[in-house]
Amino acid sequence: MAETLISVPPRARRGEIVEIKTLISHPMETGYRRSQLGARIPRDIIRLFVCTYNGAEVFRAALHPAIAANPFITFSTVATETGTLTFHWTGDNGFSVKETAEIRVE
Amino acid sequence: MPLRTTRREFLRAATAGMAAIVAVRPAAATPAAMQDAIGAVVGTARVTKGRVKLELPPLSENGNAVPLTVSVESAMTPAEHVRAIHVFTEKNPQPDVVSVRLGPRAGRARVSTRIRLADTQTVVAIAELSDGSFWSAEAAVVVTLAACLEET
Repeated sequence: MAETLISVPPRARRGEIVEIKTLISHPMETGYRRSQLGARIPRDIIRLFVCTYNGAEVFRAALHPAIAANPFITFSTVATETGTLTFHWTGDNGFSVKETAEIRVE
Repeated sequence: MPLRTTRREFLRAATAGMAAIVAVRPAAATPAAMQDAIGAVVGTARVTKGRVKLELPPLSENGNAVPLTVSVESAMTPAEHVRAIHVFTEKNPQPDVVSVRLGPRAGRARVSTRIRLADTQTVVAIAELSDGSFWSAEAAVVVTLAACLEET
């Protein structure tokens, strides 16, 4: 299971722009490297990252092999209501990790 | 008979040699491949320089993780916002880096990540606005240690 690190402010004022930082452990194997025996190492990357806020999509990123290992993504969203932010990473070889974070809006 | 080369002969040979080098297609993406990738995103629309800010270190010691931040001047309102941000490279094996979709709920159009760079090259960021216009910025990065292609 891939480890994730998510930073979401636990509390925010309504309408405030909050910064969200996400990090997930993943090798992001490009598919362009060769092993010492000369065999091509198959591609194994995270292809898609989606963030939803109480079910509504607020951010989506399509990743390519040029994203560094352990993808780190920072973006922002407007704190509209108290609820749950869901982070979903999907990729090659059936990779799928979902994490959630709570935010309280006052 | 001594082997004498006239200036004209030398230039002709040099030009032929240079053409041969250009004809060999490199394994990496080329500026042309990047233009194709950009064309696939923007279609026939015009891309104007400006409004986009692409932050990259001018000199990177390690091409395996280069911090990148793209921000776009926009009010991020339902009427006027940034729909997407795309990043491309010139000399990586593949020109696409990341494509981000956002909307008015983002609040501000600013995204950061870490990218791989296989060589000293130019990186291009293109923003797609809600009015259908495209804006771009580019940055040159000198990479001393390229993103490795061998198993470590």
